[in-house]
Amino acid sequence: MATAVQPVEPTNYLNADYGIKSWLLTTDHKRIAMLYLISITFFFWIGGLFAMLVRLELLTPAGDLMQADTYNKVFTMHGVTMVFFFLIPSVPAVLGNFLVPLMIGAKDLAFPRINLLSWYIYVAAGCLWLYTIVNGGVDTGWTFYTPLSTAFSNTHVITGALSVFIAGFSSIFTGLNFIVTIHRMRAPGMTWQRLPLFLWANYAAAVIMVLGTPVLAVTLLLVALERAFNIGVFNPQLGGDPLLFQHLFWFYSHPAVYIMILPGMGVISEIVACFSRKRIFGYNLVALASIAIAVLGFLVWAHHMFVAGISLYAALVFSLLSFFVAIPSAIKVFNWTATMYKGSIRFDTPMLYALGFIGLFTIGGLTGLFLACLGVDVHVHDTYFIIAHFHYIMVGGMVMAYMGGLHFWWPKISGKLYPEAWAKLSAMFVFFGFNLTFFPQFVLGYMGMPRRYQSYPPEFQVLNVLSTAGASILAVGYVLPMIYFLWSLRYGQNAGPNPWNAAGLEWKTASPPPTFNFDVTPVVNWEAYNYDELDKPQEVPLAS
Amino acid sequence: MWSNLPLFPPAASKMAHQVDHLYFFLVGTTAFFTILIVCLLGFFAWRYRRKKNPVATQIEGSMALELTWTLIPTVIAMFIFVWGASIYFAETRPPRNAMEVYAVGKQWMWKFQHQQGQREINVLHVPVDRDVRMIMTSQDVIHSFFVPAFRIKADVLPGRYTSTWFHATVPGRYHLFCSQYCGTQHSGMIGEVVVMEPAAYEQWAASGSDGSLASEGEKAFMQYGCSMCHRADYQGRGPNLVGLFGKPVLLDDGRTVIADESYLRESIIYPGAKIASGFKNIMPNFQGQISEEELISLVAYIKGLGTGQSNPPATMAEPTAVYPVGPQPEKSQATSSGK
Repeated sequence: MATAVQPVEPTNYLNADYGIKSWLLTTDHKRIAMLYLISITFFFWIGGLFAMLVRLELLTPAGDLMQADTYNKVFTMHGVTMVFFFLIPSVPAVLGNFLVPLMIGAKDLAFPRINLLSWYIYVAAGCLWLYTIVNGGVDTGWTFYTPLSTAFSNTHVITGALSVFIAGFSSIFTGLNFIVTIHRMRAPGMTWQRLPLFLWANYAAAVIMVLGTPVLAVTLLLVALERAFNIGVFNPQLGGDPLLFQHLFWFYSHPAVYIMILPGMGVISEIVACFSRKRIFGYNLVALASIAIAVLGFLVWAHHMFVAGISLYAALVFSLLSFFVAIPSAIKVFNWTATMYKGSIRFDTPMLYALGFIGLFTIGGLTGLFLACLGVDVHVHDTYFIIAHFHYIMVGGMVMAYMGGLHFWWPKISGKLYPEAWAKLSAMFVFFGFNLTFFPQFVLGYMGMPRRYQSYPPEFQVLNVLSTAGASILAVGYVLPMIYFLWSLRYGQNAGPNPWNAAGLEWKTASPPPTFNFDVTPVVNWEAYNYDELDKPQEVPLAS
Repeated sequence: MWSNLPLFPPAASKMAHQVDHLYFFLVGTTAFFTILIVCLLGFFAWRYRRKKNPVATQIEGSMALELTWTLIPTVIAMFIFVWGASIYFAETRPPRNAMEVYAVGKQWMWKFQHQQGQREINVLHVPVDRDVRMIMTSQDVIHSFFVPAFRIKADVLPGRYTSTWFHATVPGRYHLFCSQYCGTQHSGMIGEVVVMEPAAYEQWAASGSDGSLASEGEKAFMQYGCSMCHRADYQGRGPNLVGLFGKPVLLDDGRTVIADESYLRESIIYPGAKIASGFKNIMPNFQGQISEEELISLVAYIKGLGTGQSNPPATMAEPTAVYPVGPQPEKSQATSSGK
């Protein structure tokens, strides 16, 4: 601490204190965000490793790389790890944790200790999940369908389900913190109409976290209880109802899709505005669309059950509502596109990810119509079509947004610039690798290849080989950023407070920000995305 | 179809073409909007790049545009909804007089029982140009009956019957998959649907079975002592089962249920679940006492009681009620039940 010879580096959240204890006992939302960043990156690689094993097994039609039981565990653990330990916390717990107080001009979240607790709960859940993996794993699929999970699987379902159960509480605490913070701690002048759209999106996601997660918790607890004590809730042999499980599970797990994608949409709004130098087209409708998605998202769960044996009329209602939930997403896509109209567009890495997101999310969203549509869903349900569709949303959408956001705010988080050329290259790897991996799966799905198949008829092989090839390109696209982000911590140029000349309060403080974010509480007297004002005093760059 | 790299599944049922048409419409819609968005993004990115357009023009938004791109997708979505729903209506409502085949899924095989008495495992023989209704259950976890060439799929649940139907149009052999993950050998729970010319099918159906499914059911009916109480002369302690199937049944709590396959099954396994009005809850539970295959034969037998030859012609052997008295004239069906 007392080196004192160098020019004095201003105190920021990173150098305010040193030592492991100062991190593990921190209540600074930015440090907690970094703890989350490290933990979810760890689980991203675990989940990615399982994904590679799945793709390698599917390289050949025969189930020859591993035992059938092993394969079943591998895809289950890929799903659980990615959904519950990476995707759900990704944008909210890392970028949201870091940015929510900064964007509203607050010193911290409303409940800093609960915020730290949420990380510890996440870590406890993660440890139990790792224990489950090391102890032999789970083979029920990430969906834990009954009665397979409660009566027939011979694997570690109880610890697996409990780890997801516990992880849910960290998500509830994060959501609670966001809701209260956004309601109560906005700086003077930061009205709801001036909130960055990232906050609207995270607010909507937080509402789902708080209202939906308890249902999943109850459901998984019942699975564990039925398995442990043979109480008959889901198993028909004990007088239970297996479809009850599916209703309860999807009541959370469909809205959970929106927990995953909404914050990603928020990231895209910030990036598109900044690199087009424009206010988001139709700000009010984009904000409203987030809320509409959160509300309608709770009313569509049974579209996962069109072939499960629900009644004809229930299916009709859920199909109709599922079409409605597609509309707000379409509105967002059109508004992002319109934002670029008459903009002044630069193609830095975050913008490349944002453009990739819009294109891939469009495909992901439109292929969702195939599944909302009853007549077609009967054929493509539980095939690779579904796998392709939700990876377009989750990886092509959510992970692209997360990567874009990480690049966009990395200068703020670390105070350093990442190497732009490498970042652009890796964004290209991600985009092409992703499409090569998942586009063939749409074709496979319509041809009828069911999901979760270890072996498959030989006519499906060519498409599977393409998919596996794409996955290896995708992997390169994810390894590169890991390397250059770490590299930039030591060798990157200093970023300065606002390298993108971006709007938003987070850019008005130092990079990295001081522990309490702002030296004086800011007073907001401008609208969100005031790029006209930001660009006005500047000289005209690059005379033509 | 290219033999080495097929990109589209064979279409071998009436439904397949309807589903494909809707699918092509959806693919077209998806392609249109994706290309529209990508072209706009590309054009704006090129036209308004920083070099060309150093200063952005601020535009607040446009209610007219917002309404346009809200309403047009809504209209398209409603169109797709109605089209999809109409296909689903057809898919979930089997035509009358469909030939019935029973299926039992278990980890990890498909067992099929035909009304003529044939049993097969992982292979399902059906005639071309006939409506075939599958009545299915599982003896362990949830499975799903999926024939891509027919574009149909239905989950197969333990503890109840689900059903689906198809009308094969092209003779051939088609994949049968279990599409609901069911444990270790999920991807091994596959088989074939063999669609045969009617004559070949009749030949196949006539060979190699000891007796019809219903006659097996009849044996079970005697063996389990059902006939002691369920007498056709209305003198038994249980309801008369003749002519029961498909009729409404008045229950002792005032509700009315239709005596379908699921009701018959439930009334054998858990007789107390729904007590027919006027009868006592005295029948023993058969939960765990009787296999799904035997249950199916019993259900097939009870279904046939009193129906005479009204079943589709392929149903060769119809049982006559051999226990106490023959079919009674139709009476108020409210008193009959499969308790």
